[in-house]
Amino acid sequence: MSCHAPAEELVQEVPEPVVPGAKKRFRTVALIGPPNCGKSTLFNRLTGMRQKVANYPGVTVEHHSGKMKSIGRSDLTLIDLPGIYSLATYSEDARVAVEVLTGKMPGVPVPDCVLLVLDSTHMNRQLMLAAPVFSIGLPTLVLLNMSDQLEARGGKIDTLALAKELGHPVALISAAQGKNLDVIPEFLLRAGSKEDDGLRPVQLPILQSAASCRTWATQVTGRTKYQAPQAALWTRRLDSVLLHRVWGPLVFLAVVFAVFQVVFTIGQPLSDGMGTLLTSWGAKAALVLPDNWLRLLLRDGLWNGVQSVLVFLPQILLLFLFIGILEDSGYLARAALIADRVMRAIGLNGKAFIPLLSAYACAVPAIMATRTIENKRERLATIMVAPFMTCSARLPIYTLIIAAFIPNEKFLGGVIGLRAMVMLSLYGLGFLAALITAKMLNSSVMKASAAPFILELPQYRWPTVQSLTLRLYDRGMLFLKKAGTVILGVTFLVWVFSVLPIHGGQFSDIATSMIGRLGHWIEPVLRPLGFNWKIGIGLLSSIVAREVIVGTLGTLYGMDPATHAVGLQAALRHDMTLGGAIALVVFFAFAMQCTSTLAVVRRETNSWKLPALQFAYMTVVAYVAALVTNQVIIHLF
Amino acid sequence: MEVTALSNAKVGSAGVVESIDLPEEVSHHLAHLGFLPGTSVEVLRRAPAGDPRVYRIDGVEVGLRNETAKHIYLRLNAEDTGEAA
Repeated sequence: MSCHAPAEELVQEVPEPVVPGAKKRFRTVALIGPPNCGKSTLFNRLTGMRQKVANYPGVTVEHHSGKMKSIGRSDLTLIDLPGIYSLATYSEDARVAVEVLTGKMPGVPVPDCVLLVLDSTHMNRQLMLAAPVFSIGLPTLVLLNMSDQLEARGGKIDTLALAKELGHPVALISAAQGKNLDVIPEFLLRAGSKEDDGLRPVQLPILQSAASCRTWATQVTGRTKYQAPQAALWTRRLDSVLLHRVWGPLVFLAVVFAVFQVVFTIGQPLSDGMGTLLTSWGAKAALVLPDNWLRLLLRDGLWNGVQSVLVFLPQILLLFLFIGILEDSGYLARAALIADRVMRAIGLNGKAFIPLLSAYACAVPAIMATRTIENKRERLATIMVAPFMTCSARLPIYTLIIAAFIPNEKFLGGVIGLRAMVMLSLYGLGFLAALITAKMLNSSVMKASAAPFILELPQYRWPTVQSLTLRLYDRGMLFLKKAGTVILGVTFLVWVFSVLPIHGGQFSDIATSMIGRLGHWIEPVLRPLGFNWKIGIGLLSSIVAREVIVGTLGTLYGMDPATHAVGLQAALRHDMTLGGAIALVVFFAFAMQCTSTLAVVRRETNSWKLPALQFAYMTVVAYVAALVTNQVIIHLF
Repeated sequence: MEVTALSNAKVGSAGVVESIDLPEEVSHHLAHLGFLPGTSVEVLRRAPAGDPRVYRIDGVEVGLRNETAKHIYLRLNAEDTGEAA
């Protein structure tokens, strides 16, 4: 990949520092900088694809770390601290940064030195973070990022004069273009020795006062004759269209529409193709295996479960590509600005718009995308409502029931079909539930907070291939690992309970297995909804993932002598009433049948409290709605 | 030289931040975006729905809801004073 070339130039094994009087070897380097300074791009440059993502204990802040392989220092761990404006501990992010820098974060080694990244195009503002970081007392290299933009727009910085003013080495770099990054290994080598760089500590401003830090920053830039670059003309021009009173919302709607198009027109066939491919692999692999319990476990148990997750990967990657382009280009901030008015009406923030939009494909990436919402309560509210959006995992059961029970009638000269209308109403139902839930949360538990909507509008930029690739890789791996492990475990359990107990060396029939007996046991609760015990098992198995119910029902009706000769649609028509069928899709519109979502909510909130609450709430809503639906239909027809 | 709430200043007008009357946590965040007494600010544009609006402060564009901007006071530049009344 061409974008790796600059980094490769740096790959030369740096020898151990042999300078006389060398201090202890460096092990840990902290990377810190304000939001939007290009810190993540630099982190990716320095560490390459190999990075670890974890949550700090007890907080929701994500912890990225990686070996500094790209500059030939695999012995050094780089810790990416959250983007913050100051070390004043108003936010969780800043608290985490302070704890890591001062070595008080459990499980994270004390950093030996700091790389401070600042956006060179806004020095007055960015330098405000330098003072508190210097006060920690660690060897610090100040990296003035985005040199390409500074130069292109006529800005100037005297790095030598700045280094003297700051008492720390300063270098102008471009992380996006990989320019001048060799200053980093040089600094790491020098800082590890006692070699004198001729820089002396300087007087710092009062750290608690933003005004004092600001005055200091302005004085420093003034004394070093910093020339701020011209305003980005293209950004102004684009904004006069993209935030225009008429064109703005139109472009915005076009973008929303495009997201749907990507998911349904491109993503769906890709997912289907992937499903076919995976099924055929499973079938081929099964031929090799002996016909015994192992084959049953591997193919019917584990492979089916894993496959049901893997088929969503193309859609998820497409979504992240799309969101990545929007975010990296700077449009996402504009979308948030446009959506804010509408989102505010239901007590959410404009920044919740994109996560909710992507929840139409899958709630898992949507919940991961809520990280852009700084306000914790608004973020939790968004997490609460996101699973109500009609995700693509609901489509298999919707399609099945609609095809089986809704006649293919057309209205208005064939323009509007009854089936399409039912499908659309199910989408509307989910949206309505999200709306009401958000409104409820806002007027009770999560009362609109004092934290305001403050949105920095970055300049428009071309997204880089490297950044998009890394994003897809990062999110794809996270999805596969986190969701995959949970799915694998639950699938295994479901399979085990569907073949146990063993009678005379034979597995049980599903009807007499533990899960079958469980189905019969819960049937009384489900009968008022119009569901029989097989649907009950389908519901139980689909707690893993919604689409699992279609597979489960296929197996159950396939094994039943009365229905095994006919297709699944005919079998359902034979076994269910119209009320029960519609109640089933209504149930799916509301229910939280998705362990991946529960797992990701747990991961994002670092506690089981919210996922448990969410599961209970959504199941109750689903049960009541399905009950009402079935009873109403019974009494109407 | 008239002092007015930022939310009342017309699009296109500019001035200098006079004072900010917001909770510590919010004003701290705003301060790091440049909203500090003495900094010049320009009302750049409105979002299509009219609110939030975009302000240019110290070379950075920041979107604020009017409910926040009404607690930021600015001294309008002479040429804008007449229009903002």
